[in-house]
Amino acid sequence: MYSEKVMDHFTNPRNVGEIKDADAVGQVGNPKCGDIMKMYFKIENDTVKDVKFKTFGCGSAIASSSMATELIMGKTIDEALALSNKAVAEALDGLPAAKMHCSVLAEEAIKSAIYDYAQRNNKEYEGLKGYKPPTGDEDHHDLVEE
Amino acid sequence: MKVYMDYSATTPVKKEVLDAMIPFFTEQYGNPSSIYQMGQASKKAIDEARDKIAKTFNARQDEIYFTGCGSESDNWAIKGTAHALKHIGNHIITSSVEHHAVLHTCEYLEKQGFEITYLPVDSEGLVSLEDLKNAIKDTTILISIMYANNEIGTIQPIEEIGKIAKEKGILFHTDAVQAYGHIVIDTQALPVDMISVSAHKLYGPKGVGALYLRKGIKIHNLLHGGGQEKGRRAGTENIAGIVGFGKAAEMAYTDIEAHDKKLTTFRNDLTKRIMEAIPYTRLNGHKEKRLCNNVNISFQYVEGEGILLGLDMAGISASSGSACTSGSLDPSHVLLGIGLTHEIAHGSLRLTLGDMTTQEEIDYVVEKLPAIIQRLRDMSPLYEQVKEGNR
Repeated sequence: MYSEKVMDHFTNPRNVGEIKDADAVGQVGNPKCGDIMKMYFKIENDTVKDVKFKTFGCGSAIASSSMATELIMGKTIDEALALSNKAVAEALDGLPAAKMHCSVLAEEAIKSAIYDYAQRNNKEYEGLKGYKPPTGDEDHHDLVEE
Repeated sequence: MKVYMDYSATTPVKKEVLDAMIPFFTEQYGNPSSIYQMGQASKKAIDEARDKIAKTFNARQDEIYFTGCGSESDNWAIKGTAHALKHIGNHIITSSVEHHAVLHTCEYLEKQGFEITYLPVDSEGLVSLEDLKNAIKDTTILISIMYANNEIGTIQPIEEIGKIAKEKGILFHTDAVQAYGHIVIDTQALPVDMISVSAHKLYGPKGVGALYLRKGIKIHNLLHGGGQEKGRRAGTENIAGIVGFGKAAEMAYTDIEAHDKKLTTFRNDLTKRIMEAIPYTRLNGHKEKRLCNNVNISFQYVEGEGILLGLDMAGISASSGSACTSGSLDPSHVLLGIGLTHEIAHGSLRLTLGDMTTQEEIDYVVEKLPAIIQRLRDMSPLYEQVKEGNR
């Protein structure tokens, strides 16, 4: 069902945990859907110095969080905002169709955290144009692009 | 160590069952409808299997009809009754926690103009007899309530339901796919008109089921064609499968008290030790009125698929009612039906035991499970809130 990469990231997830004095925090999903992703960022000079995650969800949700944090570590905020769910899924050697929403959640968690950073620091980023922060009620399962 | 704890999904075929089946593939392959000796020998083998299954139900041979699976038996009983009795009424009563073979059949009939009442269940999974009585109308033609639930193991008050149905002159079908092989179902004592069962849940092969149809009850056919099964279920018989089913059923009921005692002890031990070892857990289903082989526990703040993957890596096969394992976005309708929140339903684990289960296997699961749950909890933002006292 899952690729070796997904199983590797589920078994040995990278960047699990919290950052106590985080510069930005983003949380998406809700328990009703069965997955919640929370990401913590340390940001310096518009660069991701550190990122950690906590996820309540299935194997692919945990693997997507792990891969997404790995892909944006050390990248600029603009680069992090440009990360698509497809890129996360591809980096995991693909996800089952029914699990693509997990990669969407990872993309959303990053955007949500950087939105928090922008709000806190009065900053504007190209990649956040038109972004609306999640209210917690939306169903990200509908967001998957075919 | 490899541990199979998903016996309610399916069981291995026992060696004695396989041995009984083998000749019917390559040596004794005659069509039972043929008049020559090899054909008649096949017919005899089917009759013997029918007799064995009839005995387990304390029923007559001519009340047992072979089908392709439990789902077919459910479909046949429900659609067959609906079509046969639609001139009398269009109302069917079932429960909200039935197997999909019953629920989706009822939903199909709803689209055909039938009216279906889905009785709710209480927090332990039991239907209320009062609710049932109140749901009955002049137009009610069928009550279909499962014997025991496939996910949480809750055993329904089948005798009482049957009595109510009989008093009102309504046909009563029970899906006993999970109960068969664990519980004595005596059709002389139990007022049930139709019973669906399947071979692969009691160490028989996949691809064969049966419907007990009480003598004198006329329902429409599901499969039309040749005159097999006394003209009620067309299609060349799955002889090897039927022979295997007969052998498996005979074996299952040879010493069912010992089977029940052994699995009940294992079940209680496994349940108690898991609940003691892991905090924030909830036993799903009824404490006593439950299948002797069923353990279903929700672990708060984690999601079921992650538990299954973790168990699988430790060599343990189990199942869950989480959305991610059901193929839909909602967790199991049974767990929602007993009133669990989505969040808790997502974290359910079903461990089902069987004849090959050993004490070593129970010990192994109890040893491995706490670390698997803790690892997922350590990754869970919900558990983080608990630790911080915000939940």
